[in-house]
Amino acid sequence: MSQTLIAVDKVSKSFGGVIANHEISLSVTEGRITGLIGPNGSGKTTLFNSIVGYHPIDGGSIKFEGKEISELRVPQIARLGLLRTFQQTRIYSKMDCVRNMLISVPHRNASFGDLFKGYSGEQKDKAENLLEFVGLYQKRHLISGDLSFGQQKLLEFAMALMNEPKVLLLDEPTAGINPTLINGLIDRLKRANEEFGITLFVIEHNMRVIMNLAEHIYCLAHGEMLADGNPDEIQNDQRVVDAYLGAH
Amino acid sequence: MLDNLDLLTLAPVLNVQLLLDGLFIGGIFVLAAYGLALVWGVMNVKNLAQGEYVIMGGYFAWHLGTYGIHPILSLPLVFAIMFAFGWVVYLLVIKWVISRDLFTSLLATFGIALIVQQGLNLAYGPEVRTANSGFGTNVLFGGLVTIADIKIVSFGLCILLAASVIVFMKTSRMGQAIRATAQDARAAKIMGIDTERVYAFTYSLNAAICGAAGVLVSMIWVIQPFYGVPHSIRAFVIVTAAGLGNIPGVIVAGLGLGVAEQYSGFVLGAEFQQATALILLVLVLIWRQIQLAQHRQVVQ
Amino acid sequence: MTSDNTLPRSGTLADQGAGGRAAGRRIAVNADNTPWYVYLLLAVFAVGAPFVFPAYTTQIAFLWLMILFALTWDIAGGQMGYNSLGNIFFFGAGMYISAIVQIGLFTDVGAYTSARGGEQLVQDHGDYFYGLVLGTAAAAVGCVVLALLLGRIVFGLRGPYFAIGTLGIALSARELAGTWAWIGGGSGIAMPVYPGQPHEKSVVFYIALFTLAALTFAFLRWLYATRFGLAVNAIRDDEEKAEAMGIHTLRHKQVAWAVAAFFLGMSGAIFGNMTGFVEPLEVAFPTVTFGIFMVVMALLGGKGTLWGPVIGATLFHVVKEVTWTYLLGWQWVALGLLIVVNVVFFQEGIMGWMQRRWPERFGITVDERLSTGGDAGREGTP
Repeated sequence: MSQTLIAVDKVSKSFGGVIANHEISLSVTEGRITGLIGPNGSGKTTLFNSIVGYHPIDGGSIKFEGKEISELRVPQIARLGLLRTFQQTRIYSKMDCVRNMLISVPHRNASFGDLFKGYSGEQKDKAENLLEFVGLYQKRHLISGDLSFGQQKLLEFAMALMNEPKVLLLDEPTAGINPTLINGLIDRLKRANEEFGITLFVIEHNMRVIMNLAEHIYCLAHGEMLADGNPDEIQNDQRVVDAYLGAH
Repeated sequence: MLDNLDLLTLAPVLNVQLLLDGLFIGGIFVLAAYGLALVWGVMNVKNLAQGEYVIMGGYFAWHLGTYGIHPILSLPLVFAIMFAFGWVVYLLVIKWVISRDLFTSLLATFGIALIVQQGLNLAYGPEVRTANSGFGTNVLFGGLVTIADIKIVSFGLCILLAASVIVFMKTSRMGQAIRATAQDARAAKIMGIDTERVYAFTYSLNAAICGAAGVLVSMIWVIQPFYGVPHSIRAFVIVTAAGLGNIPGVIVAGLGLGVAEQYSGFVLGAEFQQATALILLVLVLIWRQIQLAQHRQVVQ
Repeated sequence: MTSDNTLPRSGTLADQGAGGRAAGRRIAVNADNTPWYVYLLLAVFAVGAPFVFPAYTTQIAFLWLMILFALTWDIAGGQMGYNSLGNIFFFGAGMYISAIVQIGLFTDVGAYTSARGGEQLVQDHGDYFYGLVLGTAAAAVGCVVLALLLGRIVFGLRGPYFAIGTLGIALSARELAGTWAWIGGGSGIAMPVYPGQPHEKSVVFYIALFTLAALTFAFLRWLYATRFGLAVNAIRDDEEKAEAMGIHTLRHKQVAWAVAAFFLGMSGAIFGNMTGFVEPLEVAFPTVTFGIFMVVMALLGGKGTLWGPVIGATLFHVVKEVTWTYLLGWQWVALGLLIVVNVVFFQEGIMGWMQRRWPERFGITVDERLSTGGDAGREGTP
């Protein structure tokens, strides 16, 4: 039941002379919420980008459901069911929320003829249900670019759910969100994991959030894997504490 | 079609002629391309009116020539006029398109190009012109190679102009401000640089460089109101091939394009000389795509 | 954990109230809700015009061509955000393909063109229309193939590189067509002579162009209401996001261009026959006239809308026809000014402006109070 969904093995990536990731290995287990933490510049987003195919890696291997994906391109990886959200939220800002949702239906098995189909009533229902799930139902006909940053983030999350991914990679889901809304968001992330069975892999800066959310946490520092373990182990790991407090 | 190819091997000195002509004209391409790279890099404006500014400068030199002013003497004058013209265009149009999407600047400058070329056509008519410089011609290798003195002079002026622009960019206050703005306009603004003025100056400088290049074109080649488009295309080919902010690359690509055009004109026929830059443009774009696809990236 | 990770259809979510509302219905997005009488008026005008204004038949036929130009440009340019400057390539390519087919069916193309107009193809009605229909069909198919092939090259380019690359293709085609002796080179090809009266000819081509423009509009009206319409809008808004969501972006882009090429190719075939003479610079690949007109018209009317290109083309064509001859050589300067003013100060176009002015008429909601409507009291998950 708990099999490895994403297996990252000794992945390295450097930009020019700067080593962003050095022989990182980690695994994301199906059905769980895995966390990725680390100080600024420790290479978290670079690792995410390597996994989703945003840039080539210098060495190592990345497997998704046992299939090597480090040579594939972004849309191909997305169609396998490995989806990411962006740190700087990205939505289709000139469309309303419902259209943003409808366009996010899974394209996994889309044939050529599907290009010219309409949407079924079920798909529209599902879009509205998910908008309700994230609390945007009342704003469903608003142009998404007019929403607040936090609402756009929720919309992006709902769009990702609409796509029925197997794994969702979330890059700082709580960044820029009003602290009073964070609890609601944690709750929704957990529900997405439990009710829809979506495996989550989350980058997060907010320690309270990640300790609440994740079952297993990896900690990066200076592009290297520093530690991993359950939230308690991580919290009590002296190396992690040092990394965050700036001791080298 | 390829008959002339044999000629090149039978009389190798012909290569000397083609190479020299190519370099002389390529030097001028470098100027216009450098100007394009400047406005593109600093203010993210893709100036499609590049070639029209070249031709415009050429016509000014030709026009001043009709009053008895030698084209070489008119060069600083044209430089100043085109600088002022660039400033006006900046205030009227470019100012409003800087922060807009990429296509806006492309299409707006296309509109400017249309106005300039049609305006020149109305003012000077569609005849092909050359500004008379009154220099002699050197004959080498028993008549197989001819080199007009004016081409050598023009090449010298070309180098002088390029060198002074580069020195200006490296040492002057304005040059430093331009380079700072190119790196990060917001930071430059916060540090007290008047970016509006930098943009206006950059655009005007580009127009002036193009105008000066046009003076050289009018002396060693021909000008005609509608000959601007090939010059624009050439500038885009060179910048695309070399990449922004790569001055040595622009110089090599510019001179290379000059030589390539001479060879294709000689070997394939004059009608292909026009198409050379276009075909190279398409090839360069394909090549850049293949290159970037290996990095899972696209040309943008 | 179950392997089924789709959302529950009738589970926790569907029970929350929204379920079943739309079940069984097909949802059309971006549906056109223009009142029927607009279409009726247009149809009456189109059918009646050649009888009421017989002297202007050709001018009005040109109007249909202009509308087709603006509509086809807008597929990639407006709806998808890929601003091509080289769509005119398909117009010329279609023209040349039809010319080769129409002449090749009856005589040797190389011999015909090398006679440089000394030979004229005179046919009866049967042969002429047989050639015309086959030629137009070949133009449509040929241009679609060309669009798919070239699409693989140009759609790796973004933003300005795409615009420059497509412009490069159109200009290269123009230069190369001028050097290719088999298709007549710079001196062109004389098309088969129309076997009837001049007035009959102008009516025939009027009908052909109107039918083609109407077909284009009807096809796009349907197309934009499908998933395809939404997907190309998504590519316009944020292509990187669209890729990250798994949308087949290249496939959509190629289809968009192929659709434009299909209709443009046919229009080129018809226009070539209407003119009677095909030549690369002014007739087949008029990059700075028709090629730019199509961009200007779509921008003027409002890009990315169904009706914008139609309105823009009509306005542009009427104004141009009325003023062109009075401008005494200044018309091109005026065109340049129009482009600059349009792009810099009025980029949203007429439709865009109207949508901003009266958003509710276009189904755009700006105030959340309007969207709650009958669902007042329904709160999202807190």
